[in-house]
Amino acid sequence: MLTFTIRRLMISVPTLLLISLVIFLLLELAPGDPMAQVPLTVPPEVKQKMREALGLGEPIPIRYVKWLVQFFWIEPLHLIDQMIGTGFAEDKLRVVSWQSRSPVMDIVYERLPQTLWVVGMSYVVGVLIALPIGIYSAYKQYSVFDQAGTFVSMIGFSVPPFFSGVLMIVIFSVSLGWFPSIYDTTHEVTDWASFKKQINQMFLPVMVLALQTTAQISRFMRASMLDNLNQDYVRTARAKGLGEAVVVMLHVVRNSMIPVVTVIALGVPGIFGGAIITEQVFKVNGIGQLLITSIQGNDLPTVQTLTFIFAILIVLFNLVADILYGILDPRIRYD
Amino acid sequence: MTDATLSREKPRNQWLDVWDQFRSHGGAFWGAIFFLLVILSVLLGPLIYPHDPTLVPTGRDFIRLKDMRPIYTALWDSGAKVSWAHPLGTDQIGRDTLARMLSGGQVSIAVGLAAMALSLFLGTLVGVTAGYFKRLDGILMRLTDLFLALPLLPLILVAVLLFREVLSATFGPEGGIFVLIVVLIGFTSWMQTARIVRGDVLALKEREFILAARSIGTPNRRMILRHILPNVLSPIMVSATLGIAQAIITESALSFLGFGFPPDFPTWGRLLFDAIDRMVLYPERVLWPGLAISFTVLSVNYIGDGLRDALDPRIRGR
Repeated sequence: MLTFTIRRLMISVPTLLLISLVIFLLLELAPGDPMAQVPLTVPPEVKQKMREALGLGEPIPIRYVKWLVQFFWIEPLHLIDQMIGTGFAEDKLRVVSWQSRSPVMDIVYERLPQTLWVVGMSYVVGVLIALPIGIYSAYKQYSVFDQAGTFVSMIGFSVPPFFSGVLMIVIFSVSLGWFPSIYDTTHEVTDWASFKKQINQMFLPVMVLALQTTAQISRFMRASMLDNLNQDYVRTARAKGLGEAVVVMLHVVRNSMIPVVTVIALGVPGIFGGAIITEQVFKVNGIGQLLITSIQGNDLPTVQTLTFIFAILIVLFNLVADILYGILDPRIRYD
Repeated sequence: MTDATLSREKPRNQWLDVWDQFRSHGGAFWGAIFFLLVILSVLLGPLIYPHDPTLVPTGRDFIRLKDMRPIYTALWDSGAKVSWAHPLGTDQIGRDTLARMLSGGQVSIAVGLAAMALSLFLGTLVGVTAGYFKRLDGILMRLTDLFLALPLLPLILVAVLLFREVLSATFGPEGGIFVLIVVLIGFTSWMQTARIVRGDVLALKEREFILAARSIGTPNRRMILRHILPNVLSPIMVSATLGIAQAIITESALSFLGFGFPPDFPTWGRLLFDAIDRMVLYPERVLWPGLAISFTVLSVNYIGDGLRDALDPRIRGR
């Protein structure tokens, strides 16, 4: 298993490099010019110098390597500096946003908690709702509950988050006034009342994202349970007199969870993509919203960094899923 | 007695079996009917319906026609500004909502179908090539893996911004963005089809009829077109339906984020996006485009579900 993990890690390095090259080259085509905001009275020589100061004058391969160094060497060093107070990256040039002129990663660290709270919570909630639904609808296949579950997950697949979100806002915050429609990021949790307010404002975005997760995972759980319920070991367990609860919850569920766990791991990066839209609907200023504003503002370093962070998440969770599958199912041996 | 003999004598076509199974799947059958109705109404509706979706009334008409509520609002609010001439009301500059929904539906469904066709073509091409020619298998599958590892939504957003101007210059503002969105969705959604098709082709290659065809000297091109493709048709058809649903949702999401079609060229996603600012006063402007997207996608998903059952010979006839 260890050799497999190491080999798999080695493969993901060239994959990431290739992806970074693709992203870099695509953004290279961008028509955006950071000098567009500079007044016309500034002479062209000065503009040229400003451009070089932003690191734009050099040929593409050099800039690519420089960006890689900035992203993979200087930024982690800086993170270490901030955590334990050393000075490794003191005078090194970091990836700087063209819009706000501050290091991109600093903005990302500012925005990340909001995204993680909303997105992470919704994923957890979605999975927690999905698993019992999947288990029960497989156990009572073709029952009313199962049919209803199928229908609800079809809706989850079909209703896009930008509609379900808006619908929720119209119903719950406009008509009923139960929840706020805008996520207040400045809100701090200090006591019970403010905690309740935080839960209150998280409710709608979390539910919208959780609906999508629930739809997917409950289907997988159901299919996986159905595969296992007809296996011989289930009959054996029943034959030796185990109670129904023990058979289903202990034997079948544990075996059915194997593919489901990997699906859950694989779904994590996707939910970040979905968060781009949900954050836009509920005005959460997380990294999805940062991506949208920086694309609109032609802020290439930010777009590059964020897109690449998304790519790292995808590769990372693919790796996690592969390794988990190997650990959970001893029959699977890759090496 | 006559029944049994008759049914044995009647020639059974494979597609007739598929159709029978498909019809017995309630959701799929009604989904297909609904989808056909949507297509028919967005195609024929604008011909019958008298209002022009882009016409902005001027002068006194502007005041009279703008911000009209849908006709059913009169049921609970007798003072509402409604008119039978505009059953779904009008928007803030007096354009008829139903006419905009119909023409928006044309674009949304056209994007869905075209992007699905492109992604199917690419997916089948890559899948069949990778499965059939062993030398290309490795590189094509690595390419598929690479595409699966790309963060697609951010890249689509960036690409829309990059190429919008260029394509608008060549194809006109509406044609350009149409081509761009179709190509982008097509190029970013072929991977699942490619993987499924490759797997099926690999399995097919071991079968006797392929060996037989090869032994009589069938050339590769005929081999693929005559023997391989018809046998991988069922997974391709299922991914086709799922592809339509995915493409419609992606297009609406792009329009919703403001990276899609221009405002005077509405799609359902764009209509939804434009209506958000006024959704407190005019919730119907959000509701109708959203419902149109959701129900169309729902019906297509049900069709896909039914097709999967109908095309699977192990399930069929049960």
